[in-house]
Amino acid sequence: MIEVSSLSKSYGNHLAVDNVSFTINKGDVIGFLGPNGAGKSTIMNIMTGYLSLTHGSVKVDGYDIVDNPEQAKKRIGYLPEIPPVYIDMTVREYLYFMYDLKKVKFPKKPHINEIAKLVKLENVMDRLIKNLSKGYRQRVGIAQALIGNPDVLILDEPTVGLDPKQIIEIRNLIARLGKNHTVILSSHILSEVQEVCKRIIIINKGKIIADDTPDNLSQGLSTDHSLHLRVTGKEEDLKKILCSVPGVKSVVSLGSKEAGSCDFNVEPKTGHDIRAAVSQRLSERGKTILIMASNEMNLEQIFLRLTEMSDNGQEFFMAQNNGESEVSDKTQEEEEI
Amino acid sequence: MKAIYKRELKAYFTSPLAYVFIAVFFLFEGIAFTEIYSAGVADVTGVFFHLLTMLAMIFLTPVLTMRLLSEDRRQKVDQALLTAPVGITGIVLGKFLAAFTVFALAFAPTVIFQIIVSALATSVNWLFYLNALLGVLLTGAALISIGLVISSLTESQAISCILTITAYVSLFAITYIAELTGQKFIIAAAEYLAIFDVFSRFGDSVFHIPDVAYLLSVTALFIFLSVRAVERRRWA
Repeated sequence: MIEVSSLSKSYGNHLAVDNVSFTINKGDVIGFLGPNGAGKSTIMNIMTGYLSLTHGSVKVDGYDIVDNPEQAKKRIGYLPEIPPVYIDMTVREYLYFMYDLKKVKFPKKPHINEIAKLVKLENVMDRLIKNLSKGYRQRVGIAQALIGNPDVLILDEPTVGLDPKQIIEIRNLIARLGKNHTVILSSHILSEVQEVCKRIIIINKGKIIADDTPDNLSQGLSTDHSLHLRVTGKEEDLKKILCSVPGVKSVVSLGSKEAGSCDFNVEPKTGHDIRAAVSQRLSERGKTILIMASNEMNLEQIFLRLTEMSDNGQEFFMAQNNGESEVSDKTQEEEEI
Repeated sequence: MKAIYKRELKAYFTSPLAYVFIAVFFLFEGIAFTEIYSAGVADVTGVFFHLLTMLAMIFLTPVLTMRLLSEDRRQKVDQALLTAPVGITGIVLGKFLAAFTVFALAFAPTVIFQIIVSALATSVNWLFYLNALLGVLLTGAALISIGLVISSLTESQAISCILTITAYVSLFAITYIAELTGQKFIIAAAEYLAIFDVFSRFGDSVFHIPDVAYLLSVTALFIFLSVRAVERRRWA
């Protein structure tokens, strides 16, 4: 559906987007993740034809955004970072205006009413946009993007500045839209992207530093999951038992955090899944497991690590090989807090 | 283009802007007409070239153009316009035509004056009137297109307005300033830029095709430059 190949954009000497390539299939829900100023908005602005590109190409449904902008733009609904609304118009006037501007073929009134219903704008249709709250303006922005029922929706930080209730509403809305549209959204809030998106593209300093599913991303960085265990019994006995389990590489005692039990961090040898063996051995010895958790990195940690690494000039692949010990250190610290 | 035109025209009339603009022109034209008529001259064309009308054109037309392209940029609405499947030319033309419509409406009373005069006086030449009306509209179009370019260069309405007034005043005074230098080629060059002198010639009761062509070319040039200015920002 969307093909971005070796896209670059420079402002004078500053390279805002650096050789970015990705392909997005029909029906995908993609998250652009990156710290502020990473180039997310610039990439989106280029994909929608608002900004020009310095190098590379963007194709929407086969139409090049530079050579064939009208056909390409017809297929995209865009919500920029700040909703592009005329504050001196009522919601209805504005949506009718955008309908006329986009030269949509559907019958006007039913189409707008349907969209207003979908984004829950019905109650404010005749109010001036300048009198609306941020949340409602955001919805007007989304409504505007939906006019003409474009195949692709590009939403730049759709939940920024909203209250928690509104965030949940917008998220649900995006999830619903994702069923019929290809959605690309950007965010610097990780849980949001994790919740809504099937695929995440992490961008830092204008470069793609990771592109995968949320699950693969968290697995890829901590290839061998260490286990966090809380078991009843004495520390020394337990340590011996755990060390005797085949496939265990190391056992680190974390001390007692609950009366009559002890916590451990158990690291398996590469490629071993030790969970079943650990559980079996402990129960044979009459010990009860109170907690067994796999120390998978959550997206927050992955994001921080990846952006830090790319800042230091390291590559993602290196992280997979060298990053293990650090990874478990980090998760350990977090749990102790 | 039509959507933009409709929206901009409506925006003029939902704010006091167009009303003030039109009201001042009506008042000044009324004063001018009263003066001319009470002097016993059965000629409405004088209204167009009266000092008050000229002053209103110089100082009020920038009010129409100042926010045309600058405000969209400040409010970030340009992101919606430029990512919609329409060309930049259509967007710019829609805005130009909206401003031009308000400008043209400001001269509606002259039609009534002309009808009054033709009812009372014995010999009234409608062609002279139409020639002068054409002159004022073409000059207005040229001035608006200049204001349009300036509004594309800034995000601030105030700066846009002041720069546009400066431009108009300079154009108004250009032959006078050129003559002060005494240099022949400067005077000759200034004549080409003196839009208001061209405008005045429409009061000579002679239809000058070169002047019509001149004003149309100026308008086309500056509309083209506005389109380029909007386009250029994309490549910045």
